[in-house]
Amino acid sequence: MPDTTEHLVKSFDQDLKRLRDMMTEMGGIVESQVAMAAEAIMQRDTIAATRAVEEDARVDALEHAVEQFVIRMLALRQPMAGDLRQIVASLKITGDLERIGDYAANVAKRSIVLGQYQLPYSLAGLAHMAHLVQEQLKLIIDAMGAGDADKAIEVWRSDRVVDDIYNALFRELITYMMEDPRNITPCTHLLFIAKNLERIGDHATNIAETVYYAVKGEVLPDTRPKGDTSAYAVVRPKE
Amino acid sequence: MSTTMSGQNSQNASFGGVQAQAHSAINAAKIAIHNLDFFYGSNRALKSIELALPDRQVTGMIGPSGCGKSTLLRVLNRMYDLYPGQRATGEVLMDGENIIAPDVDLNALRARIGMVFQKPTPFPMTIYDNIAFGVKLHEKLSKAAMDERVEWSLTRGALWGEVKDRLNSSAMGLSGGQQQRLCIARTIAVRPDVILLDEPTSALDPISTLKIEELIDELKQDFTIVIVTHNMQQAARCADQVAFFYLGEMVEVAPAADIFTNPRQRRTQEYVTGRFG
Repeated sequence: MPDTTEHLVKSFDQDLKRLRDMMTEMGGIVESQVAMAAEAIMQRDTIAATRAVEEDARVDALEHAVEQFVIRMLALRQPMAGDLRQIVASLKITGDLERIGDYAANVAKRSIVLGQYQLPYSLAGLAHMAHLVQEQLKLIIDAMGAGDADKAIEVWRSDRVVDDIYNALFRELITYMMEDPRNITPCTHLLFIAKNLERIGDHATNIAETVYYAVKGEVLPDTRPKGDTSAYAVVRPKE
Repeated sequence: MSTTMSGQNSQNASFGGVQAQAHSAINAAKIAIHNLDFFYGSNRALKSIELALPDRQVTGMIGPSGCGKSTLLRVLNRMYDLYPGQRATGEVLMDGENIIAPDVDLNALRARIGMVFQKPTPFPMTIYDNIAFGVKLHEKLSKAAMDERVEWSLTRGALWGEVKDRLNSSAMGLSGGQQQRLCIARTIAVRPDVILLDEPTSALDPISTLKIEELIDELKQDFTIVIVTHNMQQAARCADQVAFFYLGEMVEVAPAADIFTNPRQRRTQEYVTGRFG
């Protein structure tokens, strides 16, 4: 997104830099929220969980600040071409980041509840999923800062793996619930956690599409790699 | 000529609608410019211009001062013929006829291609006569027919309501915005095919400017319009297609939405985002 040459009006460059800085800050907080939420589940760390939830207020405030700043820039600068794309992209991305923050907070809250249960099974699948989603998020936030369309495509393509793991987890958790009804409460929380992680991956993909548009001025094809088939495992359409 | 300029018309608009509707179709050319060069003496002010001006649509021309946009307008109605040492080579085909060929009847040409300038240029006569003056040069109309033509022109020029009670007052008493609309009405009066506007609103206040822009939007139903403007937002608002000129070259032409959201050329990107220099 950054352009090589400077604007004749220097304060416009400063505005764009400030917008980039706000986005980077927001990305950083959201990234750490997801990391803390993952740790909260795996390590049964309630302090990390609480911090992940508390960070949500900062993310919301930043989203609000970005929105205000974008409206101001659109009104006062009347940006064109690459600048316009960057500014509008920031407005879209800030919404995705805010949602990711919400999902991370939700994961963290559920981890606190989960702490009250003895889990007789491994969380390795969930840990793997959380790890992949964190990787995606880190990559896309880097791509956003650097205006790197290739990295954005990489993230856009990688979402399928997360979806596959989610589908496997879904089946696994259903099996535990069928085995013993006492598993239903913790497994339902785990299911929501997995779904939240999967949604975080989806939003990372959204951001990838937006970054690609901002950099290239072109839209990625509509057929995005989509692998969540769990909806069919619950209600299968009639043959 | 092909009916569309952009190869991206079928592009998906999944990006929140930002590019949705961005690609409007561009009509077939009313005027097709091929390999046009223009010289002020030995100075080559236009270099191998290739440009199609779509029929009954608005073409905006943007670019820094001295880039050749006004020169191109001067070529289109052969204004340069008044000055020795200035010459154009290449082809400017209007409906297939080369209008820069030496045997073209200039009076007839200028009736077909009207021009409005940066500063309003009303004649020092009545409002009525300002309109009738040009018509009389080309047509012999009865008094009733002339009255009708004056009303029609002033109506199309979005000025009739404001001046109908004082048609015999001097045009010099009109405001700047009204004078400019009078000049547009005067241009329309001879029923041209093409209207050239050379920075028509740069001397006007914002409200008068918007009135002219609204007028342009209405006039394009019947006329092919070319507008040179330094105001990029104006080009974005008014034009169907926009051509960017730099140092006598036509760098890029594309539907307005493309030029202002996703220009292909680096120089266009730098100019429209204010990074020139």
